Amino acid sequence: MKSIRDILKEADNKIKGIPAAPGLVIAHAYMFSKEKLEVNTSAIEDVEEAIENLHEALAKSKKELTKIFNIAKEKMEETRAAIFEAHVMILDDPILIGNIEKRIRAEKISPEYVVDDEISKYQSLMHISEESYMKERAADIEDIKNRIVRNLQKKRWLSKIPHDMIVVSSSLTPSDTILFSRSNVKGFIVDHGGLTSHAAIIARSLDIPAIVGTQTATKVINDNDLLIVDGYHGVMLYNPTPEQLDFFKTKIQKLESLKTELKEINDRPSKTLDGREIVLKANVDVTGEIDLVVANKAKGIGLYRTEQIINELGEFPDEEQQTKIYTELSRRIYPELLTIRAFDIGGDKVNPLEYKEANPFLGLRGVRFLLESESLFKTQIRAVLKASSNKNIKFMIPMISTITEIKQCKKLIEECKAELRKEKIHFDTHMKIGIMIEVPSAAVMAKEFAAEVDFLSIGTNDLIQYLMAVDRGNDIVSGLYQEFNPSVIRTIHHIVKEGKKAKVLINICGEMAADTLAVPLLVGLGLDSLSVSPTTIPYLRRVISEISYAKSKQLAEECMLLSSEKEISEHIERFFKDNSIKRSRNYI
Amino acid sequence: MIEERIKIINKAGLHTRPAATLVKLASKYKCEFFISKDGLSINGKSIIGVMTLAAEKGSELVVTFDGEDEAEAAKEISDYIARGFDEL
Repeated sequence: MKSIRDILKEADNKIKGIPAAPGLVIAHAYMFSKEKLEVNTSAIEDVEEAIENLHEALAKSKKELTKIFNIAKEKMEETRAAIFEAHVMILDDPILIGNIEKRIRAEKISPEYVVDDEISKYQSLMHISEESYMKERAADIEDIKNRIVRNLQKKRWLSKIPHDMIVVSSSLTPSDTILFSRSNVKGFIVDHGGLTSHAAIIARSLDIPAIVGTQTATKVINDNDLLIVDGYHGVMLYNPTPEQLDFFKTKIQKLESLKTELKEINDRPSKTLDGREIVLKANVDVTGEIDLVVANKAKGIGLYRTEQIINELGEFPDEEQQTKIYTELSRRIYPELLTIRAFDIGGDKVNPLEYKEANPFLGLRGVRFLLESESLFKTQIRAVLKASSNKNIKFMIPMISTITEIKQCKKLIEECKAELRKEKIHFDTHMKIGIMIEVPSAAVMAKEFAAEVDFLSIGTNDLIQYLMAVDRGNDIVSGLYQEFNPSVIRTIHHIVKEGKKAKVLINICGEMAADTLAVPLLVGLGLDSLSVSPTTIPYLRRVISEISYAKSKQLAEECMLLSSEKEISEHIERFFKDNSIKRSRNYI
Repeated sequence: MIEERIKIINKAGLHTRPAATLVKLASKYKCEFFISKDGLSINGKSIIGVMTLAAEKGSELVVTFDGEDEAEAAKEISDYIARGFDEL
């Protein structure tokens, strides 16, 4: 049978984009485009009737937006949903509405023309700005403008789409995405936007595949075309050939039966054949994923990426907003633990800097940024502490490279604790503090770091990137990004050994833990817990239940003696074969 | 009439949330309230107007208050801006 790589390589009906939410689906396309509204410019006779119509349309729009606001509050963080509150306020804006009324009276033109013209003035002002968020703002306002005009024309606002379709659109506004989340949408293809666009975030929390940044999809695809969407790889095929269709149908079937199989072992503890428990935790980007965390029986959240709040909000959340989000997550996951990672900003993450760094990955990111922005960091520490009274929160600092940095962080945490004590606010006085080990300097000094903190978490993505000096996003050299490079294995071994001596818990979060091939090796190296995306947990649980700790340990020892990536991965593959362990994640 | 110059000092600037709060504060007062920046002057009681101001950290706003309760309004609103919209 051909591999997915061959199938995709041969295909001349494919469109590539950014894989924004995982999953595989075959369904028909629904081209979602907002028809350009025809605005009636005719003169009116009855001014009072026109004003009355205007207010009726405003009230109706307000009712609709309030409804969306309420769904948004259910589906996303309330703080994110708060943008809709400002939108509702626009419908009551005394200056805007006053001007519109004045012009209807003076010019005696249809209200829809005046509404369109007045709001467009503000949009053109927003478009003048070079800030990208102002362009987004103008797009959001387009949504409001069209809503009022449509209600003036007494046309129904499109809120239902045919069931079981894949939505293809050039871009989606927050309100579109929210409404789709109620229909049975099978997937999203969006020409614009990145990993943190509304569509991507909603798709992930609904567990349906999404590809964003496809550029040309809306030009190439026609309404009702059959589509195959592979959200794992960010590739879609339109009007597939019988061969492609067969291939993906089989794949989906296999995935389905695998899912059922995995569900059956969902309640089993993730223990090796000889009884060693490996704690499986979830990595969480958006709070909407919490249901998936619970459904996949994760033992807590090993990594909550708080910088995603900034991505979702488009701004730094204040103390109150953060406290609310962290408290809610801690409550939902209780009695399991929630590990909150401090804002990891810079590099490929959110970049708030005014100036461009020549080497962002070697620049102001993670803890370096946090220590530079002390008040912002302290706001987060205070919020985390305030949310900690259930004693199930741990706090983790990213990108630590020197002992001085962790000492400075601990000092700030103590300062915040003292402030809260003075304010008589209750918090967990023994909240555990840990660091990410993702810079080689921290890996080398694991012993000294372990003495400073309560836990270590190995971030393999960055660790491998810095260890091998390779940008994995750069196609020319990405072959050097090697999870099974002996230097990587030996570095992890060193961190675990030193961590164990100091009796701190060691977790691994990063893509490597999600690779089932790496599991026996990581278990054999002595890791206590693995943290992966919620939907990957069942695959890991199965592998763990099929290996023995003793044999994995031996495997790790053998791999420590090998000198090339090829030898190591072949050795592990042999281990899988010899012990007839299923490598189910290969189906993806 | 009271006129003041105030710098935006919070990291995220005058984004949607403080814009909404600013308008809500201004609506409590009878006096007229205008914000201008780089030659663009908008009515501070209009949310859509305030949203057209791209005011990042470090930019300077000129706020004017005119009317019977201008002193109280100026105090509360200028304070709120000067506090970095309570985001420091």
